[in-house]
Amino acid sequence: MTGPLDGGHREGGEPDEPAAVPRIPAPRPAADDLPLGRTPPPAPPPPPTPPPPPTPAPETEPEPPDPDHPAAGPAAEAAQEPAPEQAKKPEPAQEPVPQQAQEPEPAQEPEQAQEPEPAQEPAPASAPEVAHHVLTSLLGAWALSVCSPEETTLVEDHLTECAPCAEEALRLRDAVGLLHPESNLDLDPLLRSRVLENCLGRRPARIPVPVWAAPYDAETARLDALLRDIPDAEWHAPVRLKWFERERSASRRTTVAGVIGHLLTVDGVVAGALGLEDPLGPDAPVAPAERTEVFWRTCARPPTRALHEPWRELNHTLIRTVSFAGRGAADLSVSYGAFALPLRDALLDRAFECWVHGADIAEAVDYPYEPPSGPHLFEMVDLAARLLPATLALRRRSGLAGPAKDLVAAGAPGRSLRLVVEGPGGGDWHIALDSPAAIGSPERSVGSVALDAVEFCQLVAGRVAPEDAAAGQEGDREAIRDVLFAAASMSRI
Amino acid sequence: MQQRMARGEAAALGELYDRYAPLVHNLAHRVLGDDDAADRVTREVFGHLWEHPDTYDPRQGSIRSWVANVTQELAIERLRQTEAAAYEASGDASEEQFTALEEKIRRVSAAARADYIVSSMPAPLWDALKLAYFQRRDYHQAAADLGVTEEEARRRLRLGLQLLSTANTRAGEGSSSPGAPGIGGAR
Repeated sequence: MTGPLDGGHREGGEPDEPAAVPRIPAPRPAADDLPLGRTPPPAPPPPPTPPPPPTPAPETEPEPPDPDHPAAGPAAEAAQEPAPEQAKKPEPAQEPVPQQAQEPEPAQEPEQAQEPEPAQEPAPASAPEVAHHVLTSLLGAWALSVCSPEETTLVEDHLTECAPCAEEALRLRDAVGLLHPESNLDLDPLLRSRVLENCLGRRPARIPVPVWAAPYDAETARLDALLRDIPDAEWHAPVRLKWFERERSASRRTTVAGVIGHLLTVDGVVAGALGLEDPLGPDAPVAPAERTEVFWRTCARPPTRALHEPWRELNHTLIRTVSFAGRGAADLSVSYGAFALPLRDALLDRAFECWVHGADIAEAVDYPYEPPSGPHLFEMVDLAARLLPATLALRRRSGLAGPAKDLVAAGAPGRSLRLVVEGPGGGDWHIALDSPAAIGSPERSVGSVALDAVEFCQLVAGRVAPEDAAAGQEGDREAIRDVLFAAASMSRI
Repeated sequence: MQQRMARGEAAALGELYDRYAPLVHNLAHRVLGDDDAADRVTREVFGHLWEHPDTYDPRQGSIRSWVANVTQELAIERLRQTEAAAYEASGDASEEQFTALEEKIRRVSAAARADYIVSSMPAPLWDALKLAYFQRRDYHQAAADLGVTEEEARRRLRLGLQLLSTANTRAGEGSSSPGAPGIGGAR
């Protein structure tokens, strides 16, 4: 069945419909003979015929709209969606004509065909003439009142004597009343999860998105919404990416599009681990920074909005793939070269990066950007907290962290620092200080450090320097310093 | 997409939301004029699409038009309910008020259809209309702005309005059957 927006379907469109329609006023003087200088009649002419149905003449009526090919929606949409805005000027713009604009063009054809050029010849010098097709072509501009005064007069004169044009003119005037600015209401970013939750409550998914993929799903959707909101030019807005390297802040300049290229490139590592095609090609390096440099270097031109689609598609492909991969996929190892993460953590890490870079972009284009939802933020904090002991060990080997003071047997409680993360997404963690094999334990706590969840994440992302992390500290200063620096050192481009 | 939904693939639902939520929310907002109500209708619409993926019939049009139809139907239903409840609360449910409600429904339906048409209209047509209507450029200037001939500018303005005018046409037809046209096959 066809609803109101499908276009085309006309209820009760019986074959004899045209009979009910007022006919074109009897033979009229050649429509093409309108002299230019006539005195203008009073403006907007009365409709020559009562309201709709707008069918000019039986023999010119194109077949009734085909319900199988609804006009307005699909036709217009088909013309619009694929092509980038400008590329499709002439052709696609015309496509809707045959289906949509039933009356105008076809309706005129016969008349013009019958009295074409010759009609103009007999009435020469006296006054310039305007062809009927020119007058009809002006109807849209006339309805919008964007004709010159002379043209307006011409059109309005014509309307007093040409019923089909008068009818169309009226219809187009009415259509002008429907024009209003495109409403660009910002969708509440939290609406998505509420909507999906409601859906899944009404009908549970047979192939759910794994819970551990939910943060990635949510964060990529948030960034996508932001990207859809910003105009083309903003894709070239400068963005400074920051991270913490060799014990101090490092940064690199790129653009909004460059950041999306970076996200796409590193998401590609996860894609590769899942056996999907790597967007950088089969021989690309796996280390995120290296990959990003390769991507930026090999870009023929500065990256543009054109990256939006492939990035979003890769998000969707990853989510879809892990949904189908089933439970075992969670522990699949994703190698980044220097380190590896199980898939569930890798995707969480990608969600984290997506948020952090989304916030970079939002700042560059001056948009608000909220932190992830509390439960997702918690998962991100938890991932960082879980990675801290191994990071500390790695730094210790490079002499960047104090020596281990009390090595215990693997799995035994070791010296720990209590990490108190406040606000939504917060919680308590006990970070084993001397060995990743030890268990963090409150009993062996040597001190505590407290900071807000978002700030902790910014520290881990290299957006806040460890010295500047406004942390409440208590106890072993060295342990606190080591942990804060280790957190910062997890950041990368 | 429909098959993936029918299969119960949650990832497909997410993609559907990402693609159509702005359309759904805008249409619902046009009908109801209220953000919270539009949020609620958005939730109902996706709930409906997810629960009844089989009501989509590819022969009747695109997924997009299916989504828009469901949105309009549910938004109008909600409008009807809220207004009727308001009348009952005021204890004054006169014939005039009923007529006024039907008139309002006719008006917002046309406005929502117009929004849908605009959102599906080829960009060159909409660009021309925007220049003429919102920026008050005459069509000669619009032609220059768009880098097209004046004839082409006239053509785009006319064609754009022709597409838009179908929103009104169908509003007239719809008013005879207050039950509002159904959602593809759902009735």
